[in-house]
Amino acid sequence: MSVLENYNTVFSSVFNVDVSVLSDDFSSTSVDNWDSITQLSLVTAMEDAFDIMLDPEDILNFKSYAVGKEIVAKYGVTF
Amino acid sequence: MKSHRILEGKICLVTGTNRGIGQSIVERYAEEGAIVFANARKEGSIDEWAQTCSEKYNTTVIPLYFDITDAVACKEAILKIKADYGRIDVLVNNAGMVTYELLPMIDFNQLRTMFDINVIAMIQLVQLASRVMSRQKSGSIINMSSIVGVQGVKGQLGYSATKGAVISLTKSAAKELIEHNIRVNAIAPGMVGTERFTQVFEEKFKDKITNIGIGRLAEPNEIANVCVFLASDLSTYVTGQIIGVDGSTSF
Repeated sequence: MSVLENYNTVFSSVFNVDVSVLSDDFSSTSVDNWDSITQLSLVTAMEDAFDIMLDPEDILNFKSYAVGKEIVAKYGVTF
Repeated sequence: MKSHRILEGKICLVTGTNRGIGQSIVERYAEEGAIVFANARKEGSIDEWAQTCSEKYNTTVIPLYFDITDAVACKEAILKIKADYGRIDVLVNNAGMVTYELLPMIDFNQLRTMFDINVIAMIQLVQLASRVMSRQKSGSIINMSSIVGVQGVKGQLGYSATKGAVISLTKSAAKELIEHNIRVNAIAPGMVGTERFTQVFEEKFKDKITNIGIGRLAEPNEIANVCVFLASDLSTYVTGQIIGVDGSTSF
């Protein structure tokens, strides 16, 4: 599985959506069930998928599909 | 005390282990079969003792040198334990700073430093360790408070405030983390006969012996024994508690 497929799978699983709906517009402001609990689940799943541990400020800022990619990339994950 | 190896195989991190209560906790944990990461600040300062503990108790005691107020170093330490053993079963937040002064004498820079060490660093480590523990759906976190955090005391407003904060953060963390089967408790020792405190006691508080119902200072081991209980599976239904280990002391 490629890094992008892995990243998408995490989103798809946490938000229970099809991969086809994921885009840079997919964010806490556009997705109804993106609350702090879901955000923590998303971060936890992302950490497990890529074997990384995010800093608290990155957990706080992980508020969209696009920003998430930038954050994950900071930990050495290349898309 | 006879060892029953009740912590056999448990992966533990204890902070502030270069002397006193922290050192006793590591020794008791090792005696009970735990694999112990022993934290100290000064590089190399506990190498020899850790090696001795490992051999004496037939387990592994690993020195882990970092400053608990350094967030990056804390994260690296937690990641190292996770990388080496894949889990963390027990965190003992023992490291701390203590001052003695009357209210008008409080130095606010020193007070901020004490809050950084006794409270902020503790929250940081609870946050980091619980992220590992939540994945394994188990863990025990033990925070060192003090009887003065429970009762208050004349001449230690700053210190007692930090130890009061430890009590409230322990109760809140226990409520938030129990859904992951992580237990969080605090110990509130009274006056403990560590090398450091015994000297202070002789100089300043000798008359306070009458405040201690049992009539003597605690041995560091008597605090460590309660840490063994809270780390072990004997306490699987205990969380959010502040356990006084004070020989019936009142100020």
